[in-house]
Amino acid sequence: MKVSKSIETTKNKILDLIKIDHISKAYSGHQALSDISLTIPDKSIFGLLGPNGAGKTTLIRIITKIIQQDQGKVFLNEEEISYDLVRKIGYLPEERGLYKKMKVGEQLIYLSQLKGLSRTEAVKRIKMWLEKLDLKSWWNKNVEDLSKGMAQKVQFIATVVHEPKLLILDEPFSGFDPVNADLIKNEILELRDKGATIIFSTHRMESVEELCDNIALINQSKKILDGSVKQIKEEHKQGQYIIDYMGTLPIKESFDVLNQTDLEGDLKRAHIKFHEASKPNDLIAQLIGSVQLFAFSEKIPTINEIFISKVSPSHE
Amino acid sequence: MNKVSLIIFREYLTRVKKKSFIIATFLGPILMGAVMFLPTYFALNTQGNQSFQVIDESGLMGAVFVSDNEVSYEYISTNLDIAKSDLLENDVDGLIYIPEFELNEPQGFALYGASNQSISTLSSIENTLELHIESLRLSASGLDKEVIDSFEANIDLNTINLSNSGGEQESSSGAATIIGYIASFMIYMFVFIYGAMCMRGVIEEKSSRIVEIVLSSVKPFELMMGKVIGIAMVGLTQFVLWILLTGGISMLISVFLSPEALEMGAANSEMSSEADMMATALSALGGINMTLVLSSFLFYFIGGYFLYGALFAAIGSASDSDADAQQFMFPVTAPLIISIISLSLVLQDPHGSVSFWMSIIPFTSPIIMMMRIPFGVAPWELILSMFMLILGFLFTLWIAGRIYRVGILMHGTKVNWKILAKWFMTSD
Repeated sequence: MKVSKSIETTKNKILDLIKIDHISKAYSGHQALSDISLTIPDKSIFGLLGPNGAGKTTLIRIITKIIQQDQGKVFLNEEEISYDLVRKIGYLPEERGLYKKMKVGEQLIYLSQLKGLSRTEAVKRIKMWLEKLDLKSWWNKNVEDLSKGMAQKVQFIATVVHEPKLLILDEPFSGFDPVNADLIKNEILELRDKGATIIFSTHRMESVEELCDNIALINQSKKILDGSVKQIKEEHKQGQYIIDYMGTLPIKESFDVLNQTDLEGDLKRAHIKFHEASKPNDLIAQLIGSVQLFAFSEKIPTINEIFISKVSPSHE
Repeated sequence: MNKVSLIIFREYLTRVKKKSFIIATFLGPILMGAVMFLPTYFALNTQGNQSFQVIDESGLMGAVFVSDNEVSYEYISTNLDIAKSDLLENDVDGLIYIPEFELNEPQGFALYGASNQSISTLSSIENTLELHIESLRLSASGLDKEVIDSFEANIDLNTINLSNSGGEQESSSGAATIIGYIASFMIYMFVFIYGAMCMRGVIEEKSSRIVEIVLSSVKPFELMMGKVIGIAMVGLTQFVLWILLTGGISMLISVFLSPEALEMGAANSEMSSEADMMATALSALGGINMTLVLSSFLFYFIGGYFLYGALFAAIGSASDSDADAQQFMFPVTAPLIISIISLSLVLQDPHGSVSFWMSIIPFTSPIIMMMRIPFGVAPWELILSMFMLILGFLFTLWIAGRIYRVGILMHGTKVNWKILAKWFMTSD
């Protein structure tokens, strides 16, 4: 059975590592997740986006089997997720915590051993990681003496030290300064390149575009959209263009000028919404007789803009 | 290494390495020795150096109060009012006033003093007066006190237990009581101290949020069991070290207290009766099966600790801070407290039905059974009690595990009993 299954899955071009199938969860009187279905492709970075309280952490806790869903199933590699599978995952919870009175090295060894590493292997890898993240001299320090950022790094190491195939990071950048956030971002990219699948949740969009291959947007317990970042941006283009020009823009019914600013000299910049769902060349053709065009670009919405446009109406 | 044993080792090592553990381990036996030694020491020594003035207006009580090296009495013949006003200025503890009185109706005796006198002082003065008045009455009615005294008898009952095998064994209820009390109190203390340690450990894990990381590696029940067992081992380590240290210290004391010192103590009349009692008690120890006492102590310690430790862990999982835990503490610890209070009842009748049932019910059996064992318990009762205790702690572990797995991840919810019940009912 298993053999035929794995042959079947390799036939698909992109493997889905995780399949979330109609998950619902309610806490006393409050719906945390309603009927969420998602697929997360293998060897990619998946962003789970949504405002605070949307249900991201609940979904992650269901995937990691820390809490039980009311309905639905989670599959990992087409196998319903079990405790044994979960223990192979690397999981960085949203609420960070370590044993305060334990030393950094000792604590990391303990957590890696819980993940099934032998002591010697754990020591070797932890030393490597501590060096990589500038924490080498902290091996024998108590965790309570660490700054918040350093403690976060220690936790990150605890999450990745057993080289999991699947990493789940809940708000991995919160609490980091920009320099360290960048450091962690690069580590995440490196892990992906080494073949890990990474799911991370965030309500901050800056990191999303650089990191994510795919995203899902959750708001008020419901999935609003999901797909690859590229495809989502493509779908949410609204026919807006930015042009730098000299002269006077013609007034036509086919487009609106959303705003206009003066650049240096006679050069102006305009933000134009083109109503006809046709090609950019048609817009250029309509402009070219009246103004001198210096620059022309299509305005691709950022994930942040899509996020806000999708989330705010329901916030009102 | 197996995950539960990893957790056990961490829980054990972090606690055993703590300074507080090391200090408690070394101070425990010393404190315990002090608790046993100091009251005796004070009782024998602080009474001394009291001084009283005596005004005897009756003229019957001359030379009744005799000074010794602890209390000095001074007969004075001044007027009572003057003596009273002088009392506060003189360095005297009290003034005994004996008015003129009728032998048949002795009244008007008084003790004046700057502060309240101890009960033992009062009773010793009363005793002296009563004895003397009695002997005065006896001689008034023509009887000789010495003749009366010669009729007095003093009997010490030797208690001897008959065993089925036909042997006779000298026993001592005194020794059994002492051993039972020590064992019961130790269990009570251990369950409280280490149960609370369990609870605080869980709260610490919960409030520092490490628990979610650990739970992505192990099941909640494994984490709970690891903690409960790890702390049990801390308790056993401390217990064994205490026994070794106490043994060592008492060896040292017996070396320092040379035989001469012991003889001198025995020469003191007050001491000799106590020494006698100790000697009979010690010889009676042979009548108590110490192997049984010690091995059942270990069993009831571990069993009782598991039973309550699991519940303490469940309380911890429902609390965000020590203060939160208070509301659940009383109902859980009530059976322990009831057991300790009932000890005197059990002592009155170690084989009665109250004693029997309380030593079978798992919530009270660890403490009550330890009180009963030195008095001798039928094997079937012991086996039934142990079996019930095992059932009991399996039951509380099961309940606690169900509460724990939900509670440990809940933050900021006001938890009450209803919510605990709901967590318990939550399906997997």
